[in-house]
Amino acid sequence: MNFNTPPYLSQNVSVTRIMLQVLLALVPGIAAYVWLIGPIVLVQIAVASAAALVGEAVMLRLVGKPIGLFLGDGSALVTAWLIALAFPPLSPWWLIVVGTLFAIVVAKHLYGGLGQNPFNPAMIAFAVCIVSFPALMSQWPPASLDVDFSRQLATIFGQIPRLDAMSGATPLDALKTALKLGEGNATVAAIMADSGVFGRIAGQGWEWVSAAYLLGGLFLWQRKIVSWHAPVAFLAGLGVLATALWLLDPARFANPVFHLFSGGTMLGAFFIVTDPVSGCTTSRGKLIFGFAAGIIAYLIRVFGGYPDGVAFAVLLMNLCVPLIDMYTQPPIFGMKP
Amino acid sequence: MLKQLFKFKGGVKPETHKTDSMDTPIGVAPLPARLVVPLHQSIGGLPQPLVQAGDCVRKGQCIGRAEKWISSAVHAPTSGTVLAVEERVAAHPSGLPTLSVIIEADGRDEWIGREVIDYKRLEPEQVREILRDSGVVGLGGAVFPSHAKLAAAKSVPMEELVINGAECEPFMTCDDRLMRERADGIIEGVRIFRDLLEPKRVLIGIEDNKPEAVAAMQAAVEKSGENFEVVAVPTRYPAGGAKQLIRVLTGKEIPANKRSPEMGVQCFNVATAYTAWRAVAFGEPVLSRIVTLTGNVEQPRNWEILLGTPIRDILALARPKGDTDRYLMGGPMMGFELPSLDAPVVKATNCLIAGSKALFPPPPPEMPCIRCGACAQACPHELQPFELYWFARSRNFGKAQEYDLFDCIECGCCSYVCPSRIPLVQYFRFAKSEIWSRERDKNQADAAKARFEFRNEREEREKAEKAERLAKAAAAKATAKPEQNEAPASNEVAVAIAPVDADAAKKAAIAAAMERARQQREAAQPKNTEGLTIAQRKEIAEIEARRAPLQVPQTALDTEDTEARRTQRDE
Repeated sequence: MNFNTPPYLSQNVSVTRIMLQVLLALVPGIAAYVWLIGPIVLVQIAVASAAALVGEAVMLRLVGKPIGLFLGDGSALVTAWLIALAFPPLSPWWLIVVGTLFAIVVAKHLYGGLGQNPFNPAMIAFAVCIVSFPALMSQWPPASLDVDFSRQLATIFGQIPRLDAMSGATPLDALKTALKLGEGNATVAAIMADSGVFGRIAGQGWEWVSAAYLLGGLFLWQRKIVSWHAPVAFLAGLGVLATALWLLDPARFANPVFHLFSGGTMLGAFFIVTDPVSGCTTSRGKLIFGFAAGIIAYLIRVFGGYPDGVAFAVLLMNLCVPLIDMYTQPPIFGMKP
Repeated sequence: MLKQLFKFKGGVKPETHKTDSMDTPIGVAPLPARLVVPLHQSIGGLPQPLVQAGDCVRKGQCIGRAEKWISSAVHAPTSGTVLAVEERVAAHPSGLPTLSVIIEADGRDEWIGREVIDYKRLEPEQVREILRDSGVVGLGGAVFPSHAKLAAAKSVPMEELVINGAECEPFMTCDDRLMRERADGIIEGVRIFRDLLEPKRVLIGIEDNKPEAVAAMQAAVEKSGENFEVVAVPTRYPAGGAKQLIRVLTGKEIPANKRSPEMGVQCFNVATAYTAWRAVAFGEPVLSRIVTLTGNVEQPRNWEILLGTPIRDILALARPKGDTDRYLMGGPMMGFELPSLDAPVVKATNCLIAGSKALFPPPPPEMPCIRCGACAQACPHELQPFELYWFARSRNFGKAQEYDLFDCIECGCCSYVCPSRIPLVQYFRFAKSEIWSRERDKNQADAAKARFEFRNEREEREKAEKAERLAKAAAAKATAKPEQNEAPASNEVAVAIAPVDADAAKKAAIAAAMERARQQREAAQPKNTEGLTIAQRKEIAEIEARRAPLQVPQTALDTEDTEARRTQRDE
């Protein structure tokens, strides 16, 4: 029975509309990515989307929920696209599928489905895959890679062996490795002079992808889909620590702009830490969540064992969300000091 | 002049749908054939019916007397005959019946005797009594008896008197028209309130989507020569909520656990002020009210309708369209669907909306909450509705109260903005009613427990008293008539006293009394088997010889006797 209860008016909103706007905000980033690497990115997105929808449909059937209603809400697609963009673009198709299925089935539906996941599903997928398949997950093609689309397609579907030339490091990874190998003799400035890898402010080509994500993020903020608190705090956390260490020792630590436009920073700031289900809900909580995630991401990036720490930082902060929310409840009307 | 307006967080801006009905003057509804006047039309106690079937009543005659202080009288809206005083369906979402007076109108509309009085000479207490006995209650929808809000506070001086002409609910325009047409009367009523409360300032708040009403009230204030301030407040639902309007006009935020007079403010609706003036100055009790008939109708308009008019009878005035599928009483944000059109117009009926699928489309299915926080942004009391939703859903009522569930005014802003289309207000109502029901159960259980414990104590006390009485009686008997028959009596007393776990002192007293009694008894009873003379012994031997062959075996008897003697000696 469908009881109609007051209020009888409501805004023209729905979960689907929100999710579609998030997908729209990803389009600039995807476009820049395609310009950089090639249309293979779109294939990966398609593979991830298909895996996500199938996985979700099966789980919905198992728990007896209406499939059409929940497949149509668009949340699985958002997860799928984020995974496709966070994984290396020339990952084997099965790696994408494994990651996506883990995200949808385990991280989302085993916890109760939409709105119930304590951890960000896309980040769970990334963490599981980078720990299980570290070699594959660190094979990022260089910006200068000149392999045509059909070869790229064949590679991801395992038709031809992977070329060595395809496996490279991200600019972040390159910097980290070079610093380590240099053992004190290499300086950041010298390393970043290599224009094959590094561009004007960050990675060659990759800096544009980051800028495009920023653009998408600003669109989301303007549409009031995300509030400014978590993204600004995340960028601030990363930026503040990066600035401090860079000022301390510019030979060993890259400048903050490099960090802000490298790796998953921009994607993370506007699309990952802003996940409403797994993030904090209070404004102060979002600030704490974002800032701490930024700090942890930087520490893992520079001092930890992985090239980028956004995923682990976010997952660690997801653990703290209930506690942060509890202690940052704002005072209500009439109860302010 | 008001220098600064304050803001309240949250709120929403739905489409107002007011243009349909706001430009037509108030019409007077025709006299219905039969009126069903519920007795309980205000918050507080149920008025006592003063009439019964067969009585003739005149217009304005009191048919329900206010018994308690928080309660308000009810009057006959027109002259006629009382057909019955019985339960009829109430204008309430439950559709439950309420005690009502059914009046058959005689068409003459004859008033009771009224007189114009110079109310300025009356004592404040008398004015309040007139208001109570005239049925003046809050006509903004809450129907709280106004006289109970008009006592000047003892501890906190009244700083602001706020008059609420905001009317923030969509579709409603009854207050708008009242302000445009009867502003002078409203201001007179405000004067009465001002005289009773003696505030430092009087602020009349009207939403800025009603410029004509603002102008009309301004003109009336100027004509009256008073220094009331008419303020246009920004249009945003729920700016007409008492606490929200007080916040906008005075900056004060009143929490749920405080009454506004404790912070020096009081708030009344414009229509309440008008009826207060009519009651006090002209002796006219509240018999009718302005109702907006709007929605899916051919002629949306405001009408002055007699209380007790069955809603079915007046809907024809608006000419509802064919595809009307429901009728709402109140606004679309906080109103409810009428379960029956036989329900009457009451003092709380500010608006009747004819709904259709186009106007109020059926809601899409409820999706899970994605914790987007839109509801928290929209809540005018700055609560966290999604947290309350989770707690209500999991029946964690303690946590719900911790998160200030009872501060919720059920305005509907949260449900309005929810992308998952969750009927949040219903969850909160469920949680509130569960908590109240548990409190009631707990109070009943506590009362039962107290009664049970008292009963136990009483029984024990009575038992102890009875035992003591018996012991005293036994002792008295023992001193008066020393006989062996007393022994069983003392045994009875001993048996009766043993199970009582009363005072140890009492026990000791009783034991002592028993001991005294026994000793007296024994002292008084000579043992005639000792101290015998030789002659007596010889006689006894002869008697025994004669008795022997006629008795039961001597050994058995001897044993019993010896036992009896031994126990007696031992005691």
